[in-house]
Amino acid sequence: MPFRVLRVVLFYLALLGLWQVVAMLHVWPKYVLPPPNEVWDSFWTYLRSGRITDAVEISMRRLLIGYFIGLVAGVLIGMAMANWKWVDETLGSAVLGLQSLPSVTWVPLAVIWFGINDKAIIFVVVMGSVASIAISARSGMQQMPPIYKRAALTMGASRLQTARYVQLPALLPSMTQGLKLGWSFAWRSLMAAELIVATVSLGQLLDLGRSLNDMSLVLAVMLVIVAIGLFVDFLVFGRIERFVQERWGLAT
Amino acid sequence: MALLRRQLAEEREDTGALLELRDVAKEFLTRRQRTKAIDHISMRVQNGEFVCIVGPSGCGKSTLLNIVAGLEHPSAGRVLFDGRPIVRPGAERVVVFQEPALYPWLNVRANVEMGLKIAGRNGADRKRLAERYIELVNLKRFSKAYMHELSGGMRQRVQLARALAVEPRMLLMDEPFAALDAQTRDVLQQELQEIWARTGATVLFVTHNVREAAILGDRVFVMTPAPGRLKREIGVDLPRPRSPDSHAVVDLAARIRAELEHDIYAVPSPEDSYAI
Ligand SMILES: Nc1ncnc2c1ncn2[C@@H]1O[C@H](COP(=O)(O)OP(=O)(O)OP(=O)(O)O)[C@@H](O)[C@H]1O
Ligand SMILES: [Mg+2]
Repeated sequence: MPFRVLRVVLFYLALLGLWQVVAMLHVWPKYVLPPPNEVWDSFWTYLRSGRITDAVEISMRRLLIGYFIGLVAGVLIGMAMANWKWVDETLGSAVLGLQSLPSVTWVPLAVIWFGINDKAIIFVVVMGSVASIAISARSGMQQMPPIYKRAALTMGASRLQTARYVQLPALLPSMTQGLKLGWSFAWRSLMAAELIVATVSLGQLLDLGRSLNDMSLVLAVMLVIVAIGLFVDFLVFGRIERFVQERWGLAT
Repeated sequence: MALLRRQLAEEREDTGALLELRDVAKEFLTRRQRTKAIDHISMRVQNGEFVCIVGPSGCGKSTLLNIVAGLEHPSAGRVLFDGRPIVRPGAERVVVFQEPALYPWLNVRANVEMGLKIAGRNGADRKRLAERYIELVNLKRFSKAYMHELSGGMRQRVQLARALAVEPRMLLMDEPFAALDAQTRDVLQQELQEIWARTGATVLFVTHNVREAAILGDRVFVMTPAPGRLKREIGVDLPRPRSPDSHAVVDLAARIRAELEHDIYAVPSPEDSYAI
């Protein structure tokens, strides 16, 4: 364990060193590839002025609300698609179509419908994540051992009880990847929307960096996004994976 | 309106038996073919009885049990439970499946509580009943364990406890011990006899193991190969608990086997198609 941690730390230090060396060689001008220390300075300045924390707070709020709505709707739609053939044939085809549509294409409509505000961006996040979650829920339902449902039925469960007590938790192992996929789609949609709909946010900080030709700000924001991603991956999805391994016994 | 009145009149019929099957048949239609799984099945099960059904693989034993469970609908005939037609699955007829039909995300106790949760019982009740039945199947030490941590025999005990916990009027068991090794099977057969004696449950038990039928049944029905019909009914009047090696049980098992083999090797004669 300590060795593994050390290895990871060493890898990132080496990456940082390489970046510093390349930057110092002045192959590219500083405004194209700023060295790590300038990125750090930039990060620190914007953090102290509160602009990064504000942006993170606002963006995360949108992301979480949008993802949550996408998650609930996606799971419900996916379960309905697996349960009723007619839902699969109607709504199901719409969901498939939606998945092939890059979520950024929703931005113009969202702005017209909701205005330049949180709602528009949350809407784009929902549209970006719901389809992949629904598809994953549907295939999870189809892979589920039919005996789970039969056992619930013979104990007198109603359809709703079967869905709630049995099918919903049973979806977890097959949906872990789908949940992650939905999360990354939600992030992409958020950034796309925020770059266009300019309100205080991480996307807007990126756009600010671009218009000021301040690549150290751009890189600082990118690193913040990566850090949040890793954090959530470890904290939420890692926990789900460990839970599944513990309960289902799929461990190593 | 007239139809509704007729249905209401049909509602309860005094059959004098807990379960009555009248000339039940089931045909499966798949894209390519129709398979007659069972045919002309008529039988009655009284309250408190332990009834075994023995038949060769594929003769429709599971089909028969699933019809009683309400998981399948018969193509013909009537199935009455306590005088009422069976239309859907219900907690008064709980199934113990051959495969361990347990929920891996729940521990033993939560699995056993599931039927009670479905019935809307409160937490204290659920806990009390679950603990009682977990103890009855000798799993007290494992009530916090998850399914993948249990052996096959232990899983079937959990299934039995889960079924008993809802206190069904009839327990439907579909080859519950078929996937277990011989020793575990012996142990569980003995335990099931004890549990049955203590709970007074009515059991419909399907198996292809003649010895198992001889040990467990008050009555044993022998089925013909597909399409399954009831061929012979054998009343078992042996004292309990029955040991698998007692002469009486071995003799009885041989008799049941003879009935089965007669069908497997002989060309079916019209006589065979008569139900008991
Ligand atoms: N859902 C189904 N669709 C089509 N055919 C089915 C279906 N279920 C069962 N059958 C057919 O009905 C017949 C009886 O099956 P069933 O499972 O009841 O037999 P069984 O006596 O329980 O066999 P086993 O001892 O192997 O469990 C078989 O021929 C089987 O192929
Ligand atoms: Mg079977």
